[in-house]
Amino acid sequence: MEQYTNRKYIIGGIILLLGLIFTIKLFSLQVINSSYKLSAESNTRRMEIVYPARGLIYDRNGLLIAHNLPSYDLKIAPYELEAFDSTELCRILGIDIQTLRDAIQRVLRNPAERFNPLIKQLSPEIFGILKEKQFMFPGFYFSTRTLRKYEREIAGHLLGYVGEVDSSIIIQQPYYELGDYYGVSGIEYTYEKYLRGEKGRKYKLIDVHGRERGSYKEGKFDTDAESGRNLTVTLDADLQEYGELLMQNFTGSIVAIEPKTGEVLVLVSAPFYNPSLLVGRERDENYNELKNDTLMPLFNHAIQALYPPGSTFKPVNALIALQENSVTKNTTYYCDMGYHARGVNIACHNHVSPLDLVHAIQHSCNAYFCNLFKLTIEDKDFGSVEEAYSAWRNHLIDFGFSDPLGIDLPYEKGGFIPKPSYYDRYYGSGRWKALTIISMAIGQGEVLTTPLQLANYAATIANKGFFFTPHVVKSIEGIDTLNQKLMISHQTGIDTTYFNLIIEGMELAVNSPGGTATWIRHGDIIICGKTGTAENPHGKDHSVFMAFAPKNDPQIAISVYVEHGKWGATYAAPIASLMIEKYLTGTIDPSRKWIETRMLNSNLLNEK
Amino acid sequence: MKRQISLLSNIDWLSVILYVILITFGWLNIFAVNYSPNNSTFFSLEHRYTMQFVWILVSWFFVLLIFVIDSRFFSFVAYPAYGLGILLLVAVLIIGTAIHSSKSWIVLGPVNIQPSEFTKLVTILVLAKYLSGYNFKMNRAKNILVALLIVFIPAGLIMLQPDFGSTIVYGALLIVLYREGLHGGILLFILIMAIIFLLTLIISQFTLILILLCAVAIAYTVLKKRVAILLTIILFAGILTAIFSVLVAHDLFPHDKYLILLLITGICCIASLIYAFITKARELFLIVFILIAAIGFTYSVDYVFNNIMKEHQRNRINVILGLESDPYGYEYNVRQSKIAIGSGGFVGKGFMQGTQTKFRFVPEQSTDFIFCTVGEEWGFLGSAAFILVYIGLLIRLILLGERQRSKFSRIYGYGVVSILLFHFAVNVGMTIGLFPVIGIPLPFLSYGGSSLLAFTIMLFIFIRLDASRKTYLL
Repeated sequence: MEQYTNRKYIIGGIILLLGLIFTIKLFSLQVINSSYKLSAESNTRRMEIVYPARGLIYDRNGLLIAHNLPSYDLKIAPYELEAFDSTELCRILGIDIQTLRDAIQRVLRNPAERFNPLIKQLSPEIFGILKEKQFMFPGFYFSTRTLRKYEREIAGHLLGYVGEVDSSIIIQQPYYELGDYYGVSGIEYTYEKYLRGEKGRKYKLIDVHGRERGSYKEGKFDTDAESGRNLTVTLDADLQEYGELLMQNFTGSIVAIEPKTGEVLVLVSAPFYNPSLLVGRERDENYNELKNDTLMPLFNHAIQALYPPGSTFKPVNALIALQENSVTKNTTYYCDMGYHARGVNIACHNHVSPLDLVHAIQHSCNAYFCNLFKLTIEDKDFGSVEEAYSAWRNHLIDFGFSDPLGIDLPYEKGGFIPKPSYYDRYYGSGRWKALTIISMAIGQGEVLTTPLQLANYAATIANKGFFFTPHVVKSIEGIDTLNQKLMISHQTGIDTTYFNLIIEGMELAVNSPGGTATWIRHGDIIICGKTGTAENPHGKDHSVFMAFAPKNDPQIAISVYVEHGKWGATYAAPIASLMIEKYLTGTIDPSRKWIETRMLNSNLLNEK
Repeated sequence: MKRQISLLSNIDWLSVILYVILITFGWLNIFAVNYSPNNSTFFSLEHRYTMQFVWILVSWFFVLLIFVIDSRFFSFVAYPAYGLGILLLVAVLIIGTAIHSSKSWIVLGPVNIQPSEFTKLVTILVLAKYLSGYNFKMNRAKNILVALLIVFIPAGLIMLQPDFGSTIVYGALLIVLYREGLHGGILLFILIMAIIFLLTLIISQFTLILILLCAVAIAYTVLKKRVAILLTIILFAGILTAIFSVLVAHDLFPHDKYLILLLITGICCIASLIYAFITKARELFLIVFILIAAIGFTYSVDYVFNNIMKEHQRNRINVILGLESDPYGYEYNVRQSKIAIGSGGFVGKGFMQGTQTKFRFVPEQSTDFIFCTVGEEWGFLGSAAFILVYIGLLIRLILLGERQRSKFSRIYGYGVVSILLFHFAVNVGMTIGLFPVIGIPLPFLSYGGSSLLAFTIMLFIFIRLDASRKTYLL
């Protein structure tokens, strides 16, 4: 019977072994591994973020464009929830019962959702009603944040909009946490780190149901929120509004720049949208509507659309030819209703002939510029066509026609000036010359520019040879110096005297009989301009105009594109002249009201 | 009077002191978790600590009763009590009330009684009575079967409630059988089955069968030191594999490695059996049968796991085995439990300072997860001391058991040790993440009247038997 007594040692041994294993495991859990202490802290400590108000946005004249309004998130403390009148709550919130039920289930079912809002961004009106009746809804509480409010509902593309961060942003920039807002586009994006301010934090002790149990360590770690910095943009809000009015029935853009500084006065991309649409609870819905609109209102034509410059390209071709001594101001050419040479035929309109350089610009003579371009590209001073072409191309790069200019807005596109290798691939090395690419003489063919580059080009001519990088922010509150890059002038390397010839030609084009856009002439302001017609293989040509004024002390340089507007003089030129007049005189003279009326009554939105 | 005095002096006061320490410690932790300054007066049965205090008093009343009753009573009453227990278990299935989806409770006015807590006690009594009987022989299959039946009847009825945790507690009684001479091989067999069970869940059946084959082959070779047979089998299996490869390559046989493995195994087994029959090699016979049984077992595991276990039980096992991870789902309890214990650090946060348990991050923090409060508020020092006390009590009970002259008392003592050990191991093990979450209480600490009363009676019957060990001989 007692033969199994030894088994007590085995059983006892197992018990001791178990005690040992437990003790070792407890030692590793409680003493060695410290991560559980941190987890415990994060369990019982709730950080409440105090959201700062975003910086305000003013125009160049100190007019308020954008500020903030409080908005309220509705939250629930699950444990304190009691039966409530859901019909009444739905009525106040303006949602149906199923939406409310789903939202409550989402918060109750998933511990990760514990502190997330039930309903986001209630308007102050709804908040007011609900706050009054809060006693009817135990367990519901609010948290406050701010939303953009636009005093002037203009310049949506330039201002951009604010959205909720997604996980990719959080991974890139640890500052952000789920539920934070950040600038998605426009200056809200570029100047996000100034506009956003600094979040404040308050630490609260909580239990598993999210009920507050006092502040953590007597608020030792709490910080206050710091408001964002106010921004002054270079925009002229009144002029921008007027530009949007003029473009209401067109697709295209207006870009106006102050030549002396590179400050962007107007940046209209049509069709445009009201920035207030992309704020608040309806944001997603409106965004999708805008996104699916076939007219593409979200697309920023001013800095993203690529068009051929058309005849507005002629002045720069002339400047390069003069600089490279391919022509002089006295070089004249006959025009036999166009340019005809070895299989190349480029038509021209009826005008006096022959013309010298200044008058060729005035009349926008195609034949003259084809000849001029041929002389430039086949200049005997260079070893080959390719070298002459490269020299020509480098001049264009100096004018800012190639890469993006570097405006302080996101997603700017650069233009396209083909490299010699592009033609080598196409025609074979040494197998192309001026006539092969002659359409670039008149701004057609492969060359493409953005409206911003064209406006910058107008500013460069106004400055007689240099430009500042176009930019939209004038000053940031509390920051003394803006980006130094904006303060450096970019030189084109072309003699000032040559610019005088071009300016004279552009003056005649608007102000002298026989010019291409004389009907938009202003009695008091000398506008120097150049019309263009951008060939459009997909439909009607685009109307283009670039100009600056006044001639002797340029205050504004402008480019206008009106898609499907056909001739530069038909739409783009009058719009530019109205903009210039409005900017320089503050009003439209009664004698020119008919031009404005004609523009407002035109509609090309359905043109193809 | 004389009898009373001698009885008092024969009581094992060390066990009693350890018991009182545990009971007091348990109550303090229940108080720490549930006390709030807003609570009304102490004497309100709304509060768990007050309820538990009342149950402690009730338990002690029963302790007094146990010492008044003649010690032989417990042996005589074993069978009727067992019958009553079985009746209660049947009754609870019919008239019981479901709490947490288990029909385990009988509601009697203000108190809920859980019969399964008491049937542990009567099962130990009957087992002790039966095993200590004159005619009982541990090597007689019929006797072993009856002993197992005594355990399986209540276990099976509890399984029907269903209460998985309370059911497997009865498995602990194997320890008693082992002490009384159950062949170690049977325990080893059960252990191997348990390992195979776990392996079936973790690795594919294909790999498992391969591992079993290797294990059997190596075991046989090592035991019998006959390498030639092993080599013959390997060669044979190799040839078969080659044949099947050729067949599969020519599309003459389905491309199913699983089927092929089974066929090769089958053919090898039959060949081995024939060889064993001719050479009269009994061991080879045995080993081949074990192998076939083991392979058959892997199939039944799949069935039990997928058809008999409940989804939450499967999930908990999967979490422990690392097969599923879902911090806000099934793993949530274990994770919060480990956070609470881990955050206690070396010396703990102090009495009533535990934030994790107090703010209710840990589920069931007064009942099944009471050890979290120990870990959080008393730290490693407190937890280790608690484990020392508990282990001390268990070892002390073994020593008491071994000093019994009566077989009945010894077997009963081992029964108490087995049940307490199992509860302790599984309960503490689950809170620190070593075992799956199985809802069984920590004896003497967890909140709950039935369990406190049942464990106290269970323990003190043994202390009573021990106190009269010198007079009581059956």
